[in-house]
Amino acid sequence: METIKPILEFNKTCVSYTKQTMAVKYVSASIQRNTITAIMGPSGCGKSTLLRAVNLMHNLYPNIHVEGEILLNGDNILSMEPIDVRRKVGMVFQRPTPFPTMSIYDNVLAGYTLNGIHLAKSDKDSIVEHCLKSVTLWDEVKDVLNKKGTFLSGGQQQRLCIARALALKPEILLMDEPTSALDPIATKYIEELLLTLQKEVTIVIVTHNMGQAKRISSHSMFMYLGELVEYGNTDTMFSCPSDDRTKAYLTGKMG
Amino acid sequence: MKNNTRKRLVENKLILWVVCIFSALTAVPLLLILGEVLMRGYDQLSWSFFTEPTPNAYKVMKAAAAGESIPGGIANGIIGTLIMLSMATILAIPIGILCGTYLAENSKNRFARIVSFMTDLLQGTPSVIIGIITYIWVVVPMKGYSAIAGSIALFILMLPLIIRSTEETLTILPVSLKEAGLALGGNRAQVMFRIQLPAAFGGIFTGILLAISRVVGETAPLMFTALGCSMIRWSINEPISAVPLLIWEFFNDPNLQDLVWGASLVLLIFVLTLNILSKYIAKKWKQ
Repeated sequence: METIKPILEFNKTCVSYTKQTMAVKYVSASIQRNTITAIMGPSGCGKSTLLRAVNLMHNLYPNIHVEGEILLNGDNILSMEPIDVRRKVGMVFQRPTPFPTMSIYDNVLAGYTLNGIHLAKSDKDSIVEHCLKSVTLWDEVKDVLNKKGTFLSGGQQQRLCIARALALKPEILLMDEPTSALDPIATKYIEELLLTLQKEVTIVIVTHNMGQAKRISSHSMFMYLGELVEYGNTDTMFSCPSDDRTKAYLTGKMG
Repeated sequence: MKNNTRKRLVENKLILWVVCIFSALTAVPLLLILGEVLMRGYDQLSWSFFTEPTPNAYKVMKAAAAGESIPGGIANGIIGTLIMLSMATILAIPIGILCGTYLAENSKNRFARIVSFMTDLLQGTPSVIIGIITYIWVVVPMKGYSAIAGSIALFILMLPLIIRSTEETLTILPVSLKEAGLALGGNRAQVMFRIQLPAAFGGIFTGILLAISRVVGETAPLMFTALGCSMIRWSINEPISAVPLLIWEFFNDPNLQDLVWGASLVLLIFVLTLNILSKYIAKKWKQ
């Protein structure tokens, strides 16, 4: 694992909401390109907080402090401009967030619009088609591209949001419990989608659902009270966890 | 223990009735006002009431002597009101929206809290004081009453209403909308103008309509600034009339008193239409 250069590295990353309490404590881990890494743990363990540190979401809230290093291809994200980081690191949220005033077409291209990039009509068309195809939404929406994204079902909206994030060709896709607001069928769709997407992009996904982590991820992190308790190969972690706390969580005795 | 189910059900019914009756009572004044104004003003409404300016005393007396109805109308007032309202609105919309945006985005900032407090104070300032202040600030340096001065007074009255409605609408938008925009690499201004403000459009537009309907009937500030004029005027640097000013003038002129109700009816219908329109837009936007 050490032979290939990791795409993302956490190096003693700490996140604190107030001076006294740290939500994420000295997390160090490296994530390989084109893998799916699941971050698990009970509510309030800091998994979303860690995820949101990667695309500098915490910069929006002046009272939150991030310390240590987070390296993207060897460069420290924490000293980069947020708008540069966020173009390389896409994010999908818990609830689908299609932009309500934009059509499906414009939603996919929103990343370009927001970055002030002007594209030719033919480029726009091909990006929209490619992205919607890669999230398997194209056949369902190709005739209604000018309708508002909010008319779609929850699962379709979430796939639209994934397409929107992919449109900017990010290196990493962060997903914060992307299926927790969806029904089982929509969830299954998204899980299958993520497995195909890992050829294009490295995925880090926060999930409450252990079954989901087991089904889709190659690597898993288990966090507890802000600490990274265990990190490794998903199959190994589920079959013989090395830490008692991980074992307790995976067997349902904790969390 | 005694079974008191029956008693409690009766009590419940009774309270429900009392609540309903009092709710109905609150609608009564509005209906009475509408009825009274409609009854007295309806006869005066005619095409010429909207196209002709205030009649002069001579014409009125001649018509009265001949037993005819009073000639003339409120065209000068309608035109003055529309001119001043449009100028005030054009000024108040960008400033109000930008200020409301700032307040919504920086609610914890010290400067924003001061601005927010000032907005509340401004909203509570009696309109007659806004009028006298505008007189000192605009009418005196310009050496004359004018539509400009009138619109500035109305602008000051509209501003806090638009600021508040913008701020409130932006605050109730889900945070995820803003975060999703920023997560795509947009900067804060781009996310605000391309995502948040468009999403808040319905609420902000409703606020603007309500602000207009609030100030259209303002009389006191216009007495200090626009003064009034019995001719139809289109220029903005001369005294100009407005519908509420005309109502006051008609009331004070024994020859013209009959016109009070027609003018009141026009003003009332305008305000009600704006209110109903804003309700409709708010409802549409929520879907």
